[in-house]
Amino acid sequence: MLAPRLIPFLLIRGRGLVKTVKFANEKYVGDPLNAVRIFNEKKVDEIVVVDIDATVNGQEPDYKLIENLAAECRMPLCYGGGITSSEQATHILSLGVEKVSLSSQAIIQPNLVKTLSNKVGSQSVVVTLDVKKKMFGGYEVYTHNGTQGTNQNPIDLAIKYQTLGAGEIVINSIDNDGRMGGYDLKMISSIKEKLTIPVTAIGGCGSMSDVASLVQQEGIIGAGAGSMFVFKGKYRAVLITYPNEDKKLSVLNSYKPNHVITELK
Amino acid sequence: MIAIVNYGLGNIKAFQNIYNQLDLSYRVSCTPKDLEDADKIILPGVGSFDHAMNLLNNSGMRDMLEHMVLVKKVPILGICVGMQMLANSSEEGVTKGLGFVDGCVKKFSGDEFGELPLPHMGWNEVDTLNVDGIYAGISDRAKFYFLHSYYFECEDNAHSVASSDYGKRFSCAIKKDNINGVQFHPEKSHENGIQLLNNFGRL
Repeated sequence: MLAPRLIPFLLIRGRGLVKTVKFANEKYVGDPLNAVRIFNEKKVDEIVVVDIDATVNGQEPDYKLIENLAAECRMPLCYGGGITSSEQATHILSLGVEKVSLSSQAIIQPNLVKTLSNKVGSQSVVVTLDVKKKMFGGYEVYTHNGTQGTNQNPIDLAIKYQTLGAGEIVINSIDNDGRMGGYDLKMISSIKEKLTIPVTAIGGCGSMSDVASLVQQEGIIGAGAGSMFVFKGKYRAVLITYPNEDKKLSVLNSYKPNHVITELK
Repeated sequence: MIAIVNYGLGNIKAFQNIYNQLDLSYRVSCTPKDLEDADKIILPGVGSFDHAMNLLNNSGMRDMLEHMVLVKKVPILGICVGMQMLANSSEEGVTKGLGFVDGCVKKFSGDEFGELPLPHMGWNEVDTLNVDGIYAGISDRAKFYFLHSYYFECEDNAHSVASSDYGKRFSCAIKKDNINGVQFHPEKSHENGIQLLNNFGRL
């Protein structure tokens, strides 16, 4: 049986790892390569690394750092941040990365999703939507680290990117980021139910019981988390953690599959 | 020497990293000459079937690859789309496959498949029928990382050596003489994948 995925999301600024709260108040949490080595040991399902400076500062992705990260990873790696062309994305994939994530650029040039998926296959193309609650109800997608509104709702955009060839949608809740109070389950459900491609949720996860709530509601899904894997205790001491295999599977496999397996004759 | 066929697709770097760590000699092969002294061949692949076949056909390496595998019987391991390319054809495209193992590549679909997301992405259990060869030391129902929407359907079930469940039970590894294929990504499957690549490298 396929298990839902439990995925650390690492944010890079400069060449260091940081963690934010509501996309601000960042705290330095360490060296990215060292973190990846520790996550290797802990046998994480996948890892997502996002350079949160690149797009905002209009920088090229840091290819050397990406190459070094990919060389360390014994699990699939997804990279996002600062990708503006399919040439850059293809180059990143050639460094040993499995998936590239587009966020702001998917809004600015939606056809990049299509061009890229035709070129490298949809399995390697992820679109990340940074979503914020609107003051009077509903949701809106933001870009540039949550600083620019797009006036578009995440459901329409997610369907659009699926049609353009994205192989996965990451739904990131800006409101819940870093607060460790649980996922925005209602929002995730409203988007995921409209899609046929895999979905990963991030934003708000503070404990394995938050992961359990997500997979019990959604079944096969990627459960992303940042703070939960890098902070420990109420004073948010920096400590990289990840549940052991038994603990992880007892939570991830706690959902009821909605399909019946047919045997191969 | 293990030749990693580089026709423009697949995570070549991930194999290099693992073989560096295992201290097994390899070569990233871009020309027929790079292939001719290989004693193992890895055929990676991602993306669409036709794109992969066209790139291989235009790489200049296809004839040498056929010679090495079919005449010299050098062990080959096709991975993901690299496994699918070993088939005769794919529902995903119109280009002919290598035809090293009789079979057709099919898309997950139908009532039994239900509403599961595609691609099939993540860690799934692999039931191996073969306990030796490249599966030595890997426990039954070990988990490997998958990322695909199509699967290999062998004409002769004897060539299917491992299966997995995703809405239906499908064949996720094939073996016919010196020809091996795995649908999952051993290069991204932690210690199980490293074990498999180590086994293959030491066949």
